[in-house]
Amino acid sequence: MNTAIKKYYYGDIPDGAADNNSEKKSSTAESTWPLWEVFIRSKQGLDHKHAGSLHAADAEMAIQNARDVYTRRQEGISLWVVESKYIHASNPDDAEMFYEPASDKVYRHPTFYDLPDELKHM
Amino acid sequence: MSIHDLEKAFQDKIDKEIKIEPKDWMPEAYRKTNLRQISQHAHSEIVGMLPEGNWISRAPSLKRKAILIAKVQDEAGHGLYLYSAAETLGTSREQMVDDLLSGKAKYSSIFNYPTLTWADMGAVGWLVDGAAILNQVMLCRTSYGPYARAMVRICKEESFHQRQGFETLLVLSKGTQEQRDMCQEAINRWWWPSLMMFGPKDSESTNSDQSMKWKIKRKTNDELRQNFVDMIAEQIKLLGMTLPDKDLKWNEERKHYDFGEINWEEFWNVVKGNGPCNKQRLAARNKAHDEGAWVRAAALAYAEKRKNKLNIKAA
Repeated sequence: MNTAIKKYYYGDIPDGAADNNSEKKSSTAESTWPLWEVFIRSKQGLDHKHAGSLHAADAEMAIQNARDVYTRRQEGISLWVVESKYIHASNPDDAEMFYEPASDKVYRHPTFYDLPDELKHM
Repeated sequence: MSIHDLEKAFQDKIDKEIKIEPKDWMPEAYRKTNLRQISQHAHSEIVGMLPEGNWISRAPSLKRKAILIAKVQDEAGHGLYLYSAAETLGTSREQMVDDLLSGKAKYSSIFNYPTLTWADMGAVGWLVDGAAILNQVMLCRTSYGPYARAMVRICKEESFHQRQGFETLLVLSKGTQEQRDMCQEAINRWWWPSLMMFGPKDSESTNSDQSMKWKIKRKTNDELRQNFVDMIAEQIKLLGMTLPDKDLKWNEERKHYDFGEINWEEFWNVVKGNGPCNKQRLAARNKAHDEGAWVRAAALAYAEKRKNKLNIKAA
């Protein structure tokens, strides 16, 4: 399905309406900063949670940039950064095989057990 | 699975309001549309810093200056959230930046208009950010997960932008005759370009609306524009100012405001690069990028040097 989307919304101006007046610039051969994932602990006692990503030359700069980009309004008290290439993810195509077997093991949940109402503190 | 089955499964997910994530299968056109939209949105945030940056050194008080710096810093942050979201679709940051700098990629045309007086800072916050917020609130529910999450964060931060803009105008509207005139003139300048921000009329489109079917968008240009007109036509009463449209009138039957025809020739002209500030904006971005080249290179060289030192120590 390669339907070209011809309806132009705000923020979606077609490439066809190219600006012919601008100076053309070729892609720079500059080497680039790696990508980092940012995790924020919003308050003491809670887990670090994924907030987003950013580019930085090293870990120190990644933390500095994460502070500027993701915690301008006291969103956190602690930051973790990890280079994105070190994150491995499960494959969405395997989701069924991976997670489905748990769904027929209802006995793993406390509500599976039918107990008398008189039983207290359980 | 055949392409047809994959497409069906994809549409079923969308219909069930299940978000699409980067590693999920998606039609190529869905990926491309999102990529174009998110990157244009990111570019808009970045270029959007320029008309306001123009007033940081000339803000009328330290308070206004601090507010403006915070707002411009937010725009930079919003650009970064959006570039990150776009990168999950398989393009690189450098490619997007190059496309912006070469003029290949587009950004919202509104930023190709100049900010002539301090009152323009108010009008930009109130009208331009107001229009952007309507679009962005809708996009919080867009079907592509990373885009929706970036939008939620942006919307949380954006409401201060609009409020400070209105307040800037409110203060001017209670000032001297000269300040009141400045306020009205800024509104006159920004009203029509703000309406253009929502894009061409729905009737201009001949294609079936794939973006709506895929829930990338949930409201049409005309719906959003009408929401905006209804909102602003009421808010302006508090300023004691007027909108520069003689056809603006409440329509009791429709329960909406009627408004005049937009100058579409101007709209396409600015999109095509002939607006008042297109060249200036791109030149400013290119200059900043070029002058920052040595900083990017130095940071990388420093990181490399430190890594080598650590390796030697460990050996």
